[in-house]
Amino acid sequence: MRFLKESKQFLVVAFIIYVILKALFVFGVASSYIQQIVQYAVIIALTSIGLNIIYGFTGQFSLGHAAFYGIGAYTSAYLTKVLGIDSLFSYIPVLMACSVISGLIGFLIGIPILKLKDDFLAIATLGFGTLVRVFFDNSDKISDVLGGSRGFVGIPKITNLELVLFFTLFIIVITRHMINSRFGLFWRCIKDDELAASSIGINTANMKLMAFTYGCMLAGFGGAFYANLYTFLHPSNFDILKSIDFLIIVIIGGMGNIVGTILASFIWVGFIEGLRIILPSEVLDIRWVVIPILLIFIMMWRPYGIMAKKTK
Amino acid sequence: MEQISYILQQVVNGIQLGAVYALIALGYTMVYGVLRLINFAHGDVFMLGAFVAYFLISKFGLPVYLVFILTMVSCALVGYVIEKVAYKPLRDAPKISLLITAVGVSLFLEYFLSLKALFTPNYIPFPKPFEIETYDLSFFVITNVQLLIFIITFISLFILYLLIYKTRYGIAMRAVSYDKETASLMGVGIDGIISFTFIIGASLAGVGGILYGIAYPQINVFMGIMPGIKSFIAAVLGGIGIIHGAVVGGLIIGLCEVFVSAFLSSTFRDGVIFIILFAVLLFRPMGIFGKRIEKV
Repeated sequence: MRFLKESKQFLVVAFIIYVILKALFVFGVASSYIQQIVQYAVIIALTSIGLNIIYGFTGQFSLGHAAFYGIGAYTSAYLTKVLGIDSLFSYIPVLMACSVISGLIGFLIGIPILKLKDDFLAIATLGFGTLVRVFFDNSDKISDVLGGSRGFVGIPKITNLELVLFFTLFIIVITRHMINSRFGLFWRCIKDDELAASSIGINTANMKLMAFTYGCMLAGFGGAFYANLYTFLHPSNFDILKSIDFLIIVIIGGMGNIVGTILASFIWVGFIEGLRIILPSEVLDIRWVVIPILLIFIMMWRPYGIMAKKTK
Repeated sequence: MEQISYILQQVVNGIQLGAVYALIALGYTMVYGVLRLINFAHGDVFMLGAFVAYFLISKFGLPVYLVFILTMVSCALVGYVIEKVAYKPLRDAPKISLLITAVGVSLFLEYFLSLKALFTPNYIPFPKPFEIETYDLSFFVITNVQLLIFIITFISLFILYLLIYKTRYGIAMRAVSYDKETASLMGVGIDGIISFTFIIGASLAGVGGILYGIAYPQINVFMGIMPGIKSFIAAVLGGIGIIHGAVVGGLIIGLCEVFVSAFLSSTFRDGVIFIILFAVLLFRPMGIFGKRIEKV
């Protein structure tokens, strides 16, 4: 329980945010659409923290994060639908299963591909993402429930604000401790200079694999919540463009900055989903013209992200 | 007998697709040679080629040879501008920053063209520049579109060969891709050669775009993503940085894709290409024609 005490300030802020959100929800100030996108933003934050571990802390560039998010989503959707789960207590084991499966697949795929560096790792993870998408597209040949390219329908709606928020908080506290532990130090060493890290006795292959697996496990949780929030899945929700979304969030939030990632997720979801209520659709299309330009400018002026900690 | 002619027919179709992949892969491999960058926007230059051709044919009704020339010029211009605006300021930045910028350029081109005022994100039918004729060669049939693709690809490759192996620019380009610092010490203007590489690569992708549009007459602003990635895989398969490797890799990828579609299922074709990628990266990362690099 020591680590809960150390994160006290953070937990107090989080609890205040929860009370405000709950009040807004209960008194009907926020419409059900807004309630949904608030939960969605928390899910995106959870998944993006996973990518921040892989890319921001350990420096392993992954363009396949949406695949692990998708694996979590499909696992949860399948388990909750087939087993008929609708209560919160029986949902927790399902969540664990999703995360373990995402993590296990990340582990197995990580053993060969983490030997690659930079751009080849990007292409390999992108390739894995496409393979997973092809698998989802053809999944109706394995089991009709999965729906294949028609999409997975009729998933029970279990995700609610308390579950998502408190679970994500729990994960964030654990993640902060991972980062402040020996392992977190090793990860940052590998990011700065892999050769130097291995020369001082860090087992770089194992540490990279650990960071990658952990990041994939968080994506698995995120995916599971997503499936049980929207109750409908389609393979196109988990393609390259989705992986790029997570990447943009990590870059806006700053590499190696957890709080920045959380803020960036809310800004991002607000920008992409929230603006739909206010603006007409002609204006909305311009969002995706502005975002890439912003991305290029960020890379020129702040290559480690807008909210990144200052580096020498 | 019927089986053999079916297989031969698929070989012809595979070379048709593979030729387009080879044209795109050349741009990837040359840019990777001089900059060590996966130019993600290259697939979108290919898409742009198809859209410029669509625009020129449907709005102005230009003859085919003019369409080719104008499309190549405009794609070369776009390639040049992309390099100068997006990549040049980042030449000394970390590798990943350059890669993210490339993704940004790619997204920008896609979503800018998909604005409702421009081309919309929907599929657009590509106009026929000429009537399609079919010639029956008893074993297989071949269309004039396929012949056009084979001839244009062959001519492009021949010109490229002359350019790279017989001119001073080509020698300079090979020198830059071999060792940038030493080349600049020998008096090679690095910036000029990099721009030159982008111009050549982009115009080849433009040619690929027109041919793709004529052969598969449905164009869309996102059509460049998958052919772009597959062509990059072709370049890796042949050995990245090696010109003839890109051509052979493109043909292999094209044939694989067509054969998987014909004999298994068209939904598996992307999967098979990426399995090839994994196999190459794990067992022969230098590609078919590459030489093993000694670890330092």
